[in-house]
Amino acid sequence: MISQFFVLSQRGDNIVFRDYRGEVPKGSAEIFFRKVKFWKEDGQEEAPPVFNVDGVNYFHVKVVGLLFVATTRVNVSPSLVLELLQRIARVIKDYLGILNEDSLRKNFVLVYELLDEVIDFGYVQTTSTEVLKSYVFNEPIVVDAARLQPLGPAAIFMQGTKRMPGTAVTKSVVANEPGGRKREEIFVDIIEKISVTFSSSGYILTSEIDGTIQMKSYLTGNPEIRLALNDDLSIGRGGGSVYDYRSSSGSGAVILDDCNFHESVRLDSFDMDRTLSLVPPDGEFPVMNYRMTQEFKPPFRINTLIEEAGALKAEVILKVRAEFASSITANTVVVQMPLPKYTIRASFELEPGAVGQRTDFKEANKRLEWGLKKIVGGSEYTLRAKLTFSQESHGNITKEAGPVSMTFTIPMYNASRLQVKYLQIAKKSSAYNPYRWVRYVTQANSYVARI
Amino acid sequence: MAPPAQSQRSPSPSQPSGKSEVSDLKSQLRQLAGSRAPGVDDSKRDLFKKVISYMTIGIDVSALFGEMVMCSATSDIVLKKMCYLYVGNYAKVNPDLALLTINFLQKDCQDQDPMIRGLALRSLCSLRVANLVEYLVGPLGLGLKDSNSYVRMVAVIGVLKLYHISASTCIDADFPVILKNLMITDSDTQVVANCLSALQEIWSAEASTSEEASREREGLLSKPIVYFLLNKIREFNEWAQCLVLELAAKYVPSDNNDIFDIMNLLEDRLQHANGAVVLATIKVFLHLTLSMTDVHQQVYERIKAPLLTLVSSGSPEQSYAVLSHLHLLVMRAPFIFSSDYKHFYCQYNEPSYVKKLKLEMLTAVANESNTYEIVTELCEYAANVDIPIARESIRAVGKIALQQYDVNAIVDRLLQFLEMEKDYVTAEALVLVKDLLRKYPQWSHDCIAVVGNISSKNVQEPKAKAALIWMLGEYSQDMQDAPYILEGLIESWDEEHSAEVRLHLLTAVMKCFFKRPPETQKALGAALAAGLADFHQDVHDRALFYYRLLQHNVSVAERVVNPPKQAVSVFADTQSSEIKDRIFDEFNSLSVVYQKPSYMFTDKEHRGPFEFSEELGNLSIAGESADNVVSAQRVEANDKDLLLSTSEKEEAKISTGNDSAYSAPMYDASSVLVTASQTLMEPAISNPTLPGQATQAILAIDDLLGLGIPAAPAPPPPPPQLKLHTRAVLDPATFQQKWRQLPVALSQEYSLSPQGIAALTAPQALLRHMQGHSIQCIASGGQSPNFKFFFFAQKAEEPSNYLVECIINSSSAKAQMKIKADDQSTSQAFSDIFQSALSKFGVP
Repeated sequence: MISQFFVLSQRGDNIVFRDYRGEVPKGSAEIFFRKVKFWKEDGQEEAPPVFNVDGVNYFHVKVVGLLFVATTRVNVSPSLVLELLQRIARVIKDYLGILNEDSLRKNFVLVYELLDEVIDFGYVQTTSTEVLKSYVFNEPIVVDAARLQPLGPAAIFMQGTKRMPGTAVTKSVVANEPGGRKREEIFVDIIEKISVTFSSSGYILTSEIDGTIQMKSYLTGNPEIRLALNDDLSIGRGGGSVYDYRSSSGSGAVILDDCNFHESVRLDSFDMDRTLSLVPPDGEFPVMNYRMTQEFKPPFRINTLIEEAGALKAEVILKVRAEFASSITANTVVVQMPLPKYTIRASFELEPGAVGQRTDFKEANKRLEWGLKKIVGGSEYTLRAKLTFSQESHGNITKEAGPVSMTFTIPMYNASRLQVKYLQIAKKSSAYNPYRWVRYVTQANSYVARI
Repeated sequence: MAPPAQSQRSPSPSQPSGKSEVSDLKSQLRQLAGSRAPGVDDSKRDLFKKVISYMTIGIDVSALFGEMVMCSATSDIVLKKMCYLYVGNYAKVNPDLALLTINFLQKDCQDQDPMIRGLALRSLCSLRVANLVEYLVGPLGLGLKDSNSYVRMVAVIGVLKLYHISASTCIDADFPVILKNLMITDSDTQVVANCLSALQEIWSAEASTSEEASREREGLLSKPIVYFLLNKIREFNEWAQCLVLELAAKYVPSDNNDIFDIMNLLEDRLQHANGAVVLATIKVFLHLTLSMTDVHQQVYERIKAPLLTLVSSGSPEQSYAVLSHLHLLVMRAPFIFSSDYKHFYCQYNEPSYVKKLKLEMLTAVANESNTYEIVTELCEYAANVDIPIARESIRAVGKIALQQYDVNAIVDRLLQFLEMEKDYVTAEALVLVKDLLRKYPQWSHDCIAVVGNISSKNVQEPKAKAALIWMLGEYSQDMQDAPYILEGLIESWDEEHSAEVRLHLLTAVMKCFFKRPPETQKALGAALAAGLADFHQDVHDRALFYYRLLQHNVSVAERVVNPPKQAVSVFADTQSSEIKDRIFDEFNSLSVVYQKPSYMFTDKEHRGPFEFSEELGNLSIAGESADNVVSAQRVEANDKDLLLSTSEKEEAKISTGNDSAYSAPMYDASSVLVTASQTLMEPAISNPTLPGQATQAILAIDDLLGLGIPAAPAPPPPPPQLKLHTRAVLDPATFQQKWRQLPVALSQEYSLSPQGIAALTAPQALLRHMQGHSIQCIASGGQSPNFKFFFFAQKAEEPSNYLVECIINSSSAKAQMKIKADDQSTSQAFSDIFQSALSKFGVP
């Protein structure tokens, strides 16, 4: 049971504010914002998503820099409220096409309309974009997508936070195309976030893939869809330890540790032929989430070498090698490394002829940053950084620096080898042939090499 | 027209109140009100939007009420909706004007379009004006019978809104009864779900005054209703599923088949992508199987994978909520999660609230087989750039060290921390080394060698400084420079801002004096002089006390300050198991996130659906409120006493003038909980009546401080001899029901004899033994070292039951018991019987 819902901008302005039950004093948004902003004096810790001030419980999630907040006085399920906030953000995005401060401000009346139907007197009624369509009458005012950062082929996956990879398209589910006709199409994205930790000697300490099959359908008439996955897919790793790397070789069956499915998915024949059938509701939703700790080949190898060069100097050599096929290109790669806090200067040396690379020494938090626009499979890049210290390091550099972390996006690549073998749409007529897009993308979640 | 919000981006205190804008809008709205020109709706829309955007940012636009109502005579649904929103917001503060809207809202309630009917009804009920309720009853009655499910859905919630405006009107109109029928007959699942929400709220509120309402509320938990809802669960949307599952978690099954039926039915809910559904399902599973230890363990195994998937599939916020629950489960059953420890490794980009939880879990799951890996990982974080997490990691290493038997490797790591030359790392490590030495004095040699190399100049944090000083005093015979370091510290007495450090300094220099008198004498004199002149009362008092003590008799003083010490075996747990169980009962609620039971952070009327059964709640709260006082104080007392202020503790004991207090339980290796908590608990338990308990608790605390006040003024008269029925019978369902309903009468810890532990190879051994003492087992399970039993017994003469939950850890040789009784006055007597029976176990 929710008392209030509001959305705050990064500066703490109310963009939308809805009071459902009148139990929480009006100043709650301010109280909340002050609390979040000054959680710890040193600013080193983020406010947790749930906290209690004077008997009022505040829940919040961050979506594209906005704070989606709910308050209540009741001892509710935190998962339910946080999930709901996330879902409200998704519904709004389904309607507006693009979710950001600008689009919210332009469409706040529509958002209020949605909120009235999503929650009544604090009780959730529905969060289905599909169901909401029949209750909601405002038309979205579409914000100019061109004003956002240029949308490259993979940049579309880069919106949203890292943990909630973005969306297929920036098109509202209700707005019509300029021509007045809707284009029949369906997007299926296999998005994998990978986490790998390498030991200082290059061994893989832990690795995990968190994957989502995300769908966004613009098909009229809600036809049934069948998604076929790998035949050899198996779920659940029997008795043995989950981390028994030796027992599972690099090739062979795809073994998921566990997975879950969207409401609409029917698993009647899943056990037999690994096929999911569903009637996709409007809007964006995850068909299936999965988790895998089976060994996989990490896309990048990172090599770090630190050499002391005199009492107040050292050289760091970073090598990144792309271990995937040359037909594939990773982009927006960033390599970061915390340096000893007594580092005062860093000068960089890239390989001769390097293009699309940038280097930076972040003075404030003593961090080295190396950005590479793209990395083609099979290639290797090196960065040399000469560091100057304000005090002697006593041979302790490795304890004061690192670990090296890496972020990247690799389109048309997936580490788990989970595949959508085919995407079948129940036919209405022989002429009916909607566009189907099946896309793969792999992102770094936590990709760390210790030194 | 530019979007209105644009110009109003930053409502700061300095922002104009918008007066001129509002009057501007007023005149524009007036012009449009009567107009029938084409395109007028579009202009109205723009104006309405402006009004609502002002409303959102907090400008008072209530002055426009009349004009807004005039303009709302339109068929444009978007306009209508904006108007409804506006009216709902301001009606409460403008009850007179609200009357203006009744007319058109009532008319809309009879519109042909079900959307309009629904919207109008919703707005009508949202006015929150008490003197308008008479206008609500009619439309609500019609709405509940409407042919369209949207209207019914709105009407059901409307009934609840009416109840909050005027409870009597709602009850008098018999709406709850209508909802009850609707709940089991309506074809639309959202109508059904709303009925359930509304009835839960209404009947819970009524239950305190009306018998019937409380019966009705219990009726929602009856088998037919619960089964009816559960059988339809797939038809409900995910949020309504959560509602039904929450209800099912409170259902008391009639037998084991019942339990398995429900679990089979809900099995696939564990694969739901919505974490809220999964957690609600898990709650059902956990609560249903509480009395079936084996199945309960299986449930843990079953829910592990879905929970871990939820942790990694959602946003960090969602992960946090799930992790909090996982944390609770890990604390309850560390061994089940001990092979999954790698899932709790931190990722560098996780928010600190997630990392902190993970560190706690790593500490909890550490056991002999995985400690090495876990500590290695934690050491990586200690070098982390994220300083708060680095600190937490070091503390985690320390906690693991204190809970393990084999600490060789850990001590080495801790000592490495000391050499890392990062201030905060050194500080945290010093505190830990001190605790470690209290538990494992055998390590003193290695530790002291390293600690001796630390320059006290580099240690600034009070806690760390205090720890260092404690070690200097305690081990001054092994540390060459100890007297001189202390002397240096005393010289800068005035610059030391922390009273805690100064207190420690006094004690340390005393200890040092008895070990190395000639070298320390001067420093001691200086310290006592500085202490006597100290403005801080405690420091002054302690200095004076030492001074007098030395004056009185030096050898007595030595015995007081430097007694032989025994190692601390277990540091006290700050949370009582009672509180932990409370939190577990409130699984899938905020209690888990805050790690507090709900009564600690909600006021009574907002306990919500979780405190469903008022009577039960009252019972257990009544039994407990005194306990709360105790536990809250106990926590405080513990915080003060436990780890840091060793010497303060010693002083406290001494001040009674009783030297022998040194063998006092604080250092008694055989006691489980530090006696502090035992002394606190016993008086509170021995007298189960309410009043006077608080004072007793306070007395107990006084006693803890050694002020020598007798704890209980008058011991209760010994209860008459209790005789147990030799062949007591109780079926599992009754047991379970009683277990839920009765408050905990007694909760105790008990040490088992070594023979008993040796005999406890399997649960069955104990069962037969207890049977011989007329105590029957109803459920048992677990594997070495953790066993769990549910026992029951009956009085010989009357059908009065005793229920016992007994958790035995064979490696620590402890038994935790919780006793519930029909007749609470005899629970102590029963506890004595139970303990004596238990003590004979394994003794030939």
